[in-house]
Amino acid sequence: MPAVQETVERVRSIDVDQYKYGFETNIESVKAPKGLDESTVRFISAKKNEPSWLLEWRLEAFKRWKTMTEPDWARVHYPKIDYQDLYYYSAPKNTPGPSSLDEVDPELLKTYEKLGIPLREQEILAGVRGSSRVAVDAVFDSVSVVTTFKDELKKAGVIFGSISEAVREHPELVRKYLGTVVPSSDNFFATLNSAVFSDGSFVYIPKGVRCPMELSTYFRINERNTGQFERTLIIAEEGAYVSYLEGCTAPQRDENQLHAAVVELVALDNAEIKYSTVQNWYPGDKQGKGGVYNFVTKRGDCRGRGSKISWTQVETGSAITWKYPSCILRGDNSQGEFYSIAISNGYQQVDSGTKMIHLGKNTTSRIVSKGIAAGHSNNTYRGLVSAHRKATGARNFTNCDSLLVGDKCGAHTTPYIEAKNSKSVFEHEATTSKISEDMLFYCRQRGLTQEEAVALVVNGFVKDVLQHLPMEFAVEAQKLIAISLEGSVG
Amino acid sequence: MLEIKNLHAEVADRKILQGLDLKVKAGEVHAIMGPNGSGKSTLSYVLAGKDGYTVTEGSVQYQGEDLLALQPEERAAKGVFLAFQYPIEIPGVTTMTFLRTAVNSVRKQRGEAELSTPDFLRFVREKAKDLNIDQEMLKRAVNVGFSGGEKKRNEILQMALLEPKLCVLDETDSGLDIDALKVVADGVNALRSPQRSMIVITHYQRLLDYIVPDVVHIMAKGRIVRTGGPDLAKELEERGYAGIETEIA
Repeated sequence: MPAVQETVERVRSIDVDQYKYGFETNIESVKAPKGLDESTVRFISAKKNEPSWLLEWRLEAFKRWKTMTEPDWARVHYPKIDYQDLYYYSAPKNTPGPSSLDEVDPELLKTYEKLGIPLREQEILAGVRGSSRVAVDAVFDSVSVVTTFKDELKKAGVIFGSISEAVREHPELVRKYLGTVVPSSDNFFATLNSAVFSDGSFVYIPKGVRCPMELSTYFRINERNTGQFERTLIIAEEGAYVSYLEGCTAPQRDENQLHAAVVELVALDNAEIKYSTVQNWYPGDKQGKGGVYNFVTKRGDCRGRGSKISWTQVETGSAITWKYPSCILRGDNSQGEFYSIAISNGYQQVDSGTKMIHLGKNTTSRIVSKGIAAGHSNNTYRGLVSAHRKATGARNFTNCDSLLVGDKCGAHTTPYIEAKNSKSVFEHEATTSKISEDMLFYCRQRGLTQEEAVALVVNGFVKDVLQHLPMEFAVEAQKLIAISLEGSVG
Repeated sequence: MLEIKNLHAEVADRKILQGLDLKVKAGEVHAIMGPNGSGKSTLSYVLAGKDGYTVTEGSVQYQGEDLLALQPEERAAKGVFLAFQYPIEIPGVTTMTFLRTAVNSVRKQRGEAELSTPDFLRFVREKAKDLNIDQEMLKRAVNVGFSGGEKKRNEILQMALLEPKLCVLDETDSGLDIDALKVVADGVNALRSPQRSMIVITHYQRLLDYIVPDVVHIMAKGRIVRTGGPDLAKELEERGYAGIETEIA
């Protein structure tokens, strides 16, 4: 049908060329020499004045990494990455560490301003942006440049800042938890990250404390040929609660940028961590040139009884996404959740999903995944739900829906289910549908433009997931979805 | 209001409309009747601008403008409304959101300010009440799980909200029991005005007992073959389409 063709053309011509975060910041930087060997690892560790135990930990990871091979089981294809052709450390010059906003390079502040990220506390407090109060940690290439609302959080006993800073100021906490959820030997990309991670966020919520505001980190890759390897560690002590959001963007570049992050969450007895991601790395141009390779290991450990970890993600960017935020349901009666919207367009390739590992008794998990494929993209849901022999009474509900826009894209669902005891109940539902021309015509007959119609239908499709995002970001995410599918900016 | 001259249209290379002429003045209600396959629904889709319906010959003037040159949403904004024979389901989008998006899109295109939330709610509640539509229905996803009657009432509600100038009702009576038919017909009659024209497409005479037309046309093989007053529909009911077709053959 010609109408389908028109939709395809429209979708094909958009998004990728209208990536609104594609600008570059001109700023001097300090880099490690190109390439990766033991001296690179030592260089990074020395730059950060790290204690020797951390250097040893890095070196061991590096030694192991050299013996590992890149995984190839995901439904993604890309040219071989030359790990010697990358910079592993890049920091804006004259940024020894964030102490106050006045010390931050104005160019950097401008960058975040362009991204719409409010860093200036006074403005937020004065309601200048009409924004709600959210504490922000901004990471630029390899280092954290500024963290807002620190003092107020400190009063509540909450530690929020860069992980480098945490290594200096709270070494006992970092040492106790680092690598306990994602071991340095976990997988090729996590091991690489363990060796060369540069910065990231650290959050610690003490016993019984409900974090007084949303915490948020914005990651930005700016430098050419630079890998970003951030490491985030969040610990919620007994009965604590925190909601955390990360956002990601990168400039528009012809070459591919590598991003291999590790996120570890630890929830102790009756603690709850809600982790939301709005990922909008540069997806490449309409021929599929450039874009970020996103190989990320995210895992939460429901270590305590009755603890809860919830992942919500809106993935619209990256040329390649390889990402499976998971929950280890170790504590009895613990709960894991995964809510995902993954949109692919152009030549993007997404292989994403989750793992729910039920170890404790009466543990429950819930997976709701919405994949939207447009253009020539491929969108795969890959998930594992498993129950250990001792995890009696484990329950899982999985719902995977795929929506196709046009006829040159693909949606795939690959669920793995393993139950090692007979007292577990796992349910799986999956659907695949296509945006029909009849639906679009119906909307247009009521006065909506083609773009408004597509956005309306897609927003209906992802509604179950959007409502799990913190209010402040749900609107932003909704806009992002509209942009990545239509190119109608704003 | 509307002047169709020698309209020829095809769908997937099949010729459906073959020289259709029709003139509708402001405030008039025209009924178009005809057997299955005579091209009634095709006419409604051509007027609304559905993709895949190709006009090969002829012209359609709407308020002095070439209707065929406009996009479907532009036609909607200029007051062309099609009540669908089979209203489409949109999962996950509440009826309220859909109505609001539609009303504001049309207002924007007409150069009017968008309605605020309270104003819109007041507007919808008032119109919904006239059509005996439950508030609960507005919270459900568009047409999803709606009964036949609910779907058709939803169409008429949209018609009331969008304030069109030319309404095309495509077999609005299909799938309705007599009570639902009365509610829908009352809704339509309430919208009759000297500024608003209607084309009521139907297979059966029954609907015309409730929506009394000014003019009745009989369509066969892609053309209007007879035109008359309300009596023509009654004649048709008695003789059947077969009788009419032999007469014109």
